[in-house]
Amino acid sequence: MTDTAAPIAKGPAPKIVSSRFDLVDGHTLQGYVRTGGYTALRKALTMSPEEVTAEVKTANLLGRGGAGFPAGVKWGFCPPGVFPRYLVINGDESEPGTYKDRLLVERDPHQLIEGVLIAAYAIGAAQAFIYIRGEMAHAQERVAAALNEAYAAGFAGHRVCGSDFSVDVVLHWGAGAYIVGEETALIESLEGNRGMPRLKPPYFPAVKGLYMQPTIVNNVETMANLPWIVLNGGAKFAELGNGKSTGTRLFALSGHVNKPGVYEVELGVTTFRDLFEKPEYGNGIRDGHKLKAFIPGGASAPWLYEEHQDLPLCKPTIDQAGSMLGSGAIVVMDETTDMVKAALRLVRFFARESCGKCTPCREGTTWLERILDRILAGNGRPEDVRLLMDVSDNISIGLAWPPRQTTICPLGQSATTPIASAVMRFPDEFAKYVGGSVELKVKPRGSAFVGPLTVTSEPANV
Amino acid sequence: MSDTQAVEAPAKTTITVVVDGVSIEANPGELVINAAKRAGVEIPHFCYHPRMEPVGMCRMCLVDIDTGRGPALQPSCMIPVAPGMVVGTTSDTVTKAQDGMLEFLLINHPLDCPVCDKGGECPLQDQTVAYGPGESRMVEEKRHFEKPIPISDLVFLDRERCILCDRCTRFASDVAGDALIQFTERGNNTQVMTFPDESFASYFSGNVVQICPVGALTAKPYRFKARPWDLEQTESTCTTCSVGCRITVQSSRDELLRYQGVDSDPVNWGWLCDKGRFGFESVNSTNRFTQPLLKGEVTSWSQALDAAAGAIKAAIDRDGPKSVAMIGGANGTNEDAYAWAKLAKTIMGTGNVDAQLGDGLSADALLGLPRATIDEACAAGVLLVISPDIKEELPVLFIRLRDAVMNRGLKIVEVTPKATGLSSLAAVSVQHRPGEGAEAVRAILGQATTGQISVLPDVIAKAAGLLGGAVNVAIVGRTNLAEPVSASAEAISAVIAASGDTKFLAVTRRGNTLGALEMGLTPGVLSGHRVGGPEGLDTNGILQAASEGKISVLVLLGADPLSDFADSDLARRGLAGVGTVIAIDTLPNDSNALAHVVLPASGFAEKSGTTTNLEGRVSTLAQKVTSPGTARADWMIATELAWRLGGDLGIESTADVWTEVANASAYFAGCSTAAFGAPGAADGVLLPMPVTSVSLGTIASADESEATEAGGESAGSTQMLVTFATTTTVHRPAPQDAFSLRLIVGRELYDDGVALHNSASMSHLNRGGVMQLGSHDFDQLGIRPGERVRATSSRTSLVVEVKRNDAVPRGSVYMAFNQPNVSAADLIDATSATIDIRLETIS
Amino acid sequence: MSRLTADNEKIAHEIIGRYPRKRSAMIPLLHLAQEQDGYVANDAMAQIAELVGSTPAEVLGTCSFYEMFKREPVGKYLINVCTNISCQLMGGEELLHHVEHRLGIHHGATTADGMFTIEDVECIAACTEAPCLQVNYRYFHKITNDEVDTLIDEIRAGKRTDDIPPHGTLAKVRQHVPAGHWAGRGGEGLPVIPGQAN
Ligand SMILES: Cc1cc2nc3c(=O)[nH]c(=O)nc-3n(C[C@H](O)[C@H](O)[C@H](O)COP(=O)(O)O)c2cc1C
Ligand code: SF4
Ligand code: FES
Repeated sequence: MTDTAAPIAKGPAPKIVSSRFDLVDGHTLQGYVRTGGYTALRKALTMSPEEVTAEVKTANLLGRGGAGFPAGVKWGFCPPGVFPRYLVINGDESEPGTYKDRLLVERDPHQLIEGVLIAAYAIGAAQAFIYIRGEMAHAQERVAAALNEAYAAGFAGHRVCGSDFSVDVVLHWGAGAYIVGEETALIESLEGNRGMPRLKPPYFPAVKGLYMQPTIVNNVETMANLPWIVLNGGAKFAELGNGKSTGTRLFALSGHVNKPGVYEVELGVTTFRDLFEKPEYGNGIRDGHKLKAFIPGGASAPWLYEEHQDLPLCKPTIDQAGSMLGSGAIVVMDETTDMVKAALRLVRFFARESCGKCTPCREGTTWLERILDRILAGNGRPEDVRLLMDVSDNISIGLAWPPRQTTICPLGQSATTPIASAVMRFPDEFAKYVGGSVELKVKPRGSAFVGPLTVTSEPANV
Repeated sequence: MSDTQAVEAPAKTTITVVVDGVSIEANPGELVINAAKRAGVEIPHFCYHPRMEPVGMCRMCLVDIDTGRGPALQPSCMIPVAPGMVVGTTSDTVTKAQDGMLEFLLINHPLDCPVCDKGGECPLQDQTVAYGPGESRMVEEKRHFEKPIPISDLVFLDRERCILCDRCTRFASDVAGDALIQFTERGNNTQVMTFPDESFASYFSGNVVQICPVGALTAKPYRFKARPWDLEQTESTCTTCSVGCRITVQSSRDELLRYQGVDSDPVNWGWLCDKGRFGFESVNSTNRFTQPLLKGEVTSWSQALDAAAGAIKAAIDRDGPKSVAMIGGANGTNEDAYAWAKLAKTIMGTGNVDAQLGDGLSADALLGLPRATIDEACAAGVLLVISPDIKEELPVLFIRLRDAVMNRGLKIVEVTPKATGLSSLAAVSVQHRPGEGAEAVRAILGQATTGQISVLPDVIAKAAGLLGGAVNVAIVGRTNLAEPVSASAEAISAVIAASGDTKFLAVTRRGNTLGALEMGLTPGVLSGHRVGGPEGLDTNGILQAASEGKISVLVLLGADPLSDFADSDLARRGLAGVGTVIAIDTLPNDSNALAHVVLPASGFAEKSGTTTNLEGRVSTLAQKVTSPGTARADWMIATELAWRLGGDLGIESTADVWTEVANASAYFAGCSTAAFGAPGAADGVLLPMPVTSVSLGTIASADESEATEAGGESAGSTQMLVTFATTTTVHRPAPQDAFSLRLIVGRELYDDGVALHNSASMSHLNRGGVMQLGSHDFDQLGIRPGERVRATSSRTSLVVEVKRNDAVPRGSVYMAFNQPNVSAADLIDATSATIDIRLETIS
Repeated sequence: MSRLTADNEKIAHEIIGRYPRKRSAMIPLLHLAQEQDGYVANDAMAQIAELVGSTPAEVLGTCSFYEMFKREPVGKYLINVCTNISCQLMGGEELLHHVEHRLGIHHGATTADGMFTIEDVECIAACTEAPCLQVNYRYFHKITNDEVDTLIDEIRAGKRTDDIPPHGTLAKVRQHVPAGHWAGRGGEGLPVIPGQAN
């Protein structure tokens, strides 16, 4: 019942980011240095910043925060000659189902700091901020302690490792707001403001970020990969995986499996079925039940079903299947799951976490929640299911995937995916609640949404 | 299209974009929503406001924007045009998005349009009627909040009606710089709020009511007063201060109900200060003079005019024209001013006329300095400001300067005896002791200084570095009412000595000070800046002479020297020494209470005419309502009085005034009522008009042929124009003893003047008469903030509360002018260069 | 109380010193105030406004956006039960009901003795360890009803003060940069904002 270690993968792929998870002192400077820590930083300092960036590009390290954008490419977007530049590390981990950055920070804070220093060197940042989610007290203590050690040992701050390169790394902590995980909201929050996203364009962080200066925002796990990449070379990293998705990645496997846990697996070659069934991972669906659906990449991702289990954990493949690997959060739902209830819980999350800036998100998500609430309370009307879909359609026009959002950030549209997923695949469950048949005007456009539903009394809006 | 391109290609500075299938030329950086609007395509929107940074949060303005990768829904208020951009505003997707948006905005919006102040002029209502959904599909209850809550003395907020467009909050933070209202909470609970017990006490609060796209924000002076469809409106110019903001005056059933700001690009950008916006309350006041009064009793116009004329005639006959004097006239129209100036100077034959009350700049400065416009001041690069607190006296000029500093790279060097509303925006604020202003100016301009001043050397150095020894544009005015006008003249002279081509924006508070002076309401000056007419005394001199019994008749043109002159003792002695006081006024005040004859005058919006702002911009004033009782325009009163004095002003209409002055002076050449009313003159007309070659302050006499051309009464002679008399005198402030504090007196927006005194909503907003000093001096003197102490000057001794205010430098003490209870003017001796105050505890 | 104590004001200045712009310290300072008083008092917000050069309303705007900041006192122990999807699937709602039942209050409420406040919270990033909860942001993974009872008893008995500090205390370790190690390049070249100390 205490803060126990999650089971860690023991598969054939090397452990790139989780190698110190099982060490008692992996979080201390001593333990970190003993296991090869800070050698990558020293190596990077002997390279030019451009060379470091080139290695990261070769590695094809896709951002681990959700959007999966190649880190090396993003670094290149800073307009040349514009300084100061900043590096902001996104450790706000709040996407339902996601549990990996907290582990990385608690178990191996120096690896993160080393990654941050390497990235700061590569992009020429004057200062880096590690933004840790407010509710993670222990993680903050670990980063603070590690930073204090790193500063004292001369790894951070004035003249890093005695070189000409100086950079400050500051621990910053949030205060409870999922939306702050969105990079522009993160920047607003770091400026002391309400965490409300900015519109991109014009406010692409790499161009106009923190204090309107060029700013690179990267996820904790993205940073954690950097020491390995610098030490072993980008090419070596790119050998892992299937070329399109390279390296390894931490996946939090939760819900109805026998052995939930955070597993570092090789991308591109490992499949969902591997994760669900292999004894070193999930070890089968709970109590011999059947799989009903799973969320492949955090609450925002459209659901996938049994027919998708053999897909590899590969970004383009899952994109094509109509969903996303998102934040590396896989939530498994077995046949006992009430899908209306599950949908409500997810919608309620987005309604509670909407920042309130965009009309459709602020008004629409709450409206959706209230309709679902009413349905679950037994006060649903047959037309409510159609209303759910219509309202969703007004937030995310055409309920398409990739989405056509009417909002500044994707949060608003994210509230519509559980509805589209649940309604399309499990219309009967809704029908049972509302006591009538389910008729829809809008038919979502995204392969993951394809369900057995065919009944439409009115022409679909396609 | 292709051949136009071929022709224009090399010089092309515009960007071609396609909006709904039509190619249009847009300016680089122009937002799609604005480019579309110019092309006749109105994109619905709520959060976008042309004078504020877009936030793109209402999502109403989503349109298809295709920059080569296919159409994508984008907020047109956030996206600048780009070459080859294709914009579609009519596709099914766009329509769907906009319909959906309206439904979302309405699900929680109350259906109380019939009782809402905004009903009838509400963009949300208009959109809904045009495109909106029918019956609400939301069966759940709407969001509930406590019904209208006051967020300030003037503004109410109904959070249920609010659509969270961020306009008011952006205005408060970004435009006014008063971040006192904010979004609080989040998501569906987001609401606009103030900090507990800290109200939205902004001088600009009324603007948020005007820009609220729904009826969430309402103004106390207007709430429930009228329905928009009952309102008639006309454009006019605010005369509350000399910025001259353009407004619409709205009335219903012959009662003024509301003023709204009009977006005049060179002037106010649509903004108003609250004092101006809610000024109609005093026009509507039941205290207005409606009938002539003779010794306090209602009488007929003919008896009152006879009495006035009789007194004047008798005085002239007995003691000569110099025994008649006239103070005031800076609050009225140019036409009023001209009629009274002509009456005084030609028919009465006196030069004792002054539109100012010793509180502005000298007439030669106001008329003779080369002028800058507000735009020029904002674009000056580095702007030198030696003036009273602009935020207090000319609030909308402050807004313009704030914008220039925040968004346009303007750097301000301020020279002031105490921190002002501008100080936090200034690149350097040079804060000196009273009496050292000119010396400080000389110091920052690298000129020889005579003695030591209290300003830190690094402050001087920083200012000097920014200015580099020259001044492009300077804003000048009286920094301290407890110092004589000569102090300002000395500072201005130093600026001129530094660079001969400085342009000046001279600030005076009363709406038409400059216009009145240009019309000749000052000694020795005729209309159009001409030197001439009888010599005479200014207000200072008039009061001095009156106190010596040399003034038999004093005409007060809407002036109240007893509360509005910065030496109460002199004002009291002056008025006591006058034989007959004749007041032309709208509302009772301390001075006209002493008048033998009171002639009721028309107020704002009760007469038409023109006013001239601080830039020399003439704009029109419109009549919207009728004057109460038998009150009439000042100029008409002047013509009637002229007849009774046996003369004829030759003025039968406001147009006559312009015909006459245009003929008389080169400065007014080209001016006419028609020119000011022309369609192209909506933003006013800057004088002199381009038809004349008069340049202010550079030549002593216009060239002869031109003056002859201009013709008129002085035709044939050279027109000598008023020039600023630079001074080389150097005043050294008297030594200050260790126990005294040197007095700074300045005006604040909310004072105890008649306009505010007679405004139900604003009369209590002034801060009262307290004495303010910095923490250090509290410690030094051993007194505590909040204590009542005895303050003694050479004039008098009074008991006053002291307050801590670290905007006041060490060794100085600050009091606001014309506040209730305790009067700063009681302490001032107008003949003294500086006023020293001793504070003692009362045991 | 409610303005920062002299010691905390010193910490506040150290925190502010780590940012190129003072206002960035707003959230850390709000945490500091909450650590001191258990909630963020109005006076504290007003003081933070002075410290970072903003208006109190701006501090309120930021403060009220974030769930962790309480503007009214709450229980000394804040029990946050996750009911989001992974936990819901594994009995998170039942766990919440148990806690509610056990303390005799609904979520959102505080026990009469001011000891406990229960919150029904969103995902706390312990999804593989469901059901789970936090007490004052300290994690309890895969917790059973019996373990909840024991935990509550122990807290009441004052036996958990070591691992669970009172509400408001976040990290017990603070970042501190020794003199001479600070690079201080973060603000170099930043444009100055008029009227605002950077
Ligand atoms: C609503 C929302 C929440 C997000 N939350 C997180 C988060 O908690 N952590 C994170 O790293 N990225 C999050 N992201 C993604 C970030 O915007 C951003 O893409 C990411 O931090 C970039 O880092 P990467 O390129 O290293 O992945 C979120 C995005 C959205 C739209
Ligand atoms: S979509 Fe929602 S969360 Fe995202 S910016 Fe808009 S209102 Fe905020
Ligand atoms: S007007 Fe563009 S989003 Fe509101």
